[in-house]
Amino acid sequence: MLKGRHLIEPNDFTIKELDEIFTLAEDIIKKPDAYSDICRGKLLATLFYEPSTRTKFSFEAAMLRLGGNVIGFSEAKSTSVAKGESIADTIRTIGCYADIAVMRHPKEGAPKLASKYSNIPVINAGDGGHQHPTQTLTDLLTIKLIKKSISNHTIGLCGDLKFGRTVHSLVKALSRYQNIKFVFISPSELKIPQYIKDELKGHEYYETSSLEDVIDKLDILYMTRVQRERFISEEEYLRLKDSYILTLEKLKNAKKDMIIMHPLPRVNEIAMEVDSDERAVYFKQARFGMFVRMALIIKLLGVEIYA
Amino acid sequence: MLNIDAIKKGIVIDHIKAGCGYKIFKELGLHKADYTVALIKNVPSNKLGKKDLIKIENEIDLDLTILGLIDPDITINIIENEKIKEKIKLSLPKTVKGILKCKNPRCVTTIEKIEDVEFTLVDEKTKEYKCEYCDAKTSL
Repeated sequence: MLKGRHLIEPNDFTIKELDEIFTLAEDIIKKPDAYSDICRGKLLATLFYEPSTRTKFSFEAAMLRLGGNVIGFSEAKSTSVAKGESIADTIRTIGCYADIAVMRHPKEGAPKLASKYSNIPVINAGDGGHQHPTQTLTDLLTIKLIKKSISNHTIGLCGDLKFGRTVHSLVKALSRYQNIKFVFISPSELKIPQYIKDELKGHEYYETSSLEDVIDKLDILYMTRVQRERFISEEEYLRLKDSYILTLEKLKNAKKDMIIMHPLPRVNEIAMEVDSDERAVYFKQARFGMFVRMALIIKLLGVEIYA
Repeated sequence: MLNIDAIKKGIVIDHIKAGCGYKIFKELGLHKADYTVALIKNVPSNKLGKKDLIKIENEIDLDLTILGLIDPDITINIIENEKIKEKIKLSLPKTVKGILKCKNPRCVTTIEKIEDVEFTLVDEKTKEYKCEYCDAKTSL
């Protein structure tokens, strides 16, 4: 039963609970009209302490497509946070108005802290370089829908694996499924943290700095952006930002049914020419993200499904 | 040979790694004690080669979690009538609250006032603990 629960990290839910969300998301994709009024009278609060377009819009679109309403803020400067209000007080107050809250925060662990004080479900929409569980639900649903199964794949994760919270969450979530091989592709400065590797629970993994060397072995290639906002040194960012650029030329050696995923936004890491390749699924992925968030909102609110 | 009298009733903290005695002495607030205490450094030891030793001529409440965190190999001897009444072996605590501070500058605990942040032991060899909020590893 997911009603009233929080989603702070993907492992907060069992595999069975995740499957329930994916099954519901698939049903919403098939017949969206049947769900268009299911959250009438419900209010979603979007507490975004740092800028976001995709995730925020995705959540807002999800709630509006369910017939609910949305309140929220996009930066802490315009709220009582600027007066020094604590996260605990903010969420307790928001809980007086809204039925469910989505939080993005630059500090790692902020949504977890909020969930401890909240009487409404809290969804982590990204906390620093730590976790981004609804992106993970999006990624898992994309793999499930396109590759037909979440298990039995070799996945290459390429780019900023040090600060990339989408990667951290996805690796952690995939490590719960059967027969997943991880290939971590990054410059040495942006390697995946040890604590993530510690959680791989016996899955095979390989680290390399060369995408070309491993691309032919991958079933899934998960590209990520080198994030300017996570760097203290601009010089270091400029040096590493174009470490990997996926082109049609590089894709020649890839499997015909490999899929290319990306959490977006893209900067330079995937050339525009790749967009027309049928292996590029990142815009589909963004669309699936909205549907999986619709399913998540329905489940956490515990609204009756009469579809 | 330095001679420190045996204590009648109190506590002897034994097998402290040489050099760690003063840390424990301060952590327990013994530098402010108004009863008899002794910190003896670099005592020859069969087990450790050299060890530190603390003798406390008083009954005090010891925070075994903090002591275990500082040095899980120390032994606590409870003394009555100049004899060992009880021997307590310490171990690294599985979780600690309110003692460690997260060293991750991006952790929410660096900006919010949070008491009793819980840390969970993740590596016994390195004595590293994981922050409950950001999962970053830290040690004492």
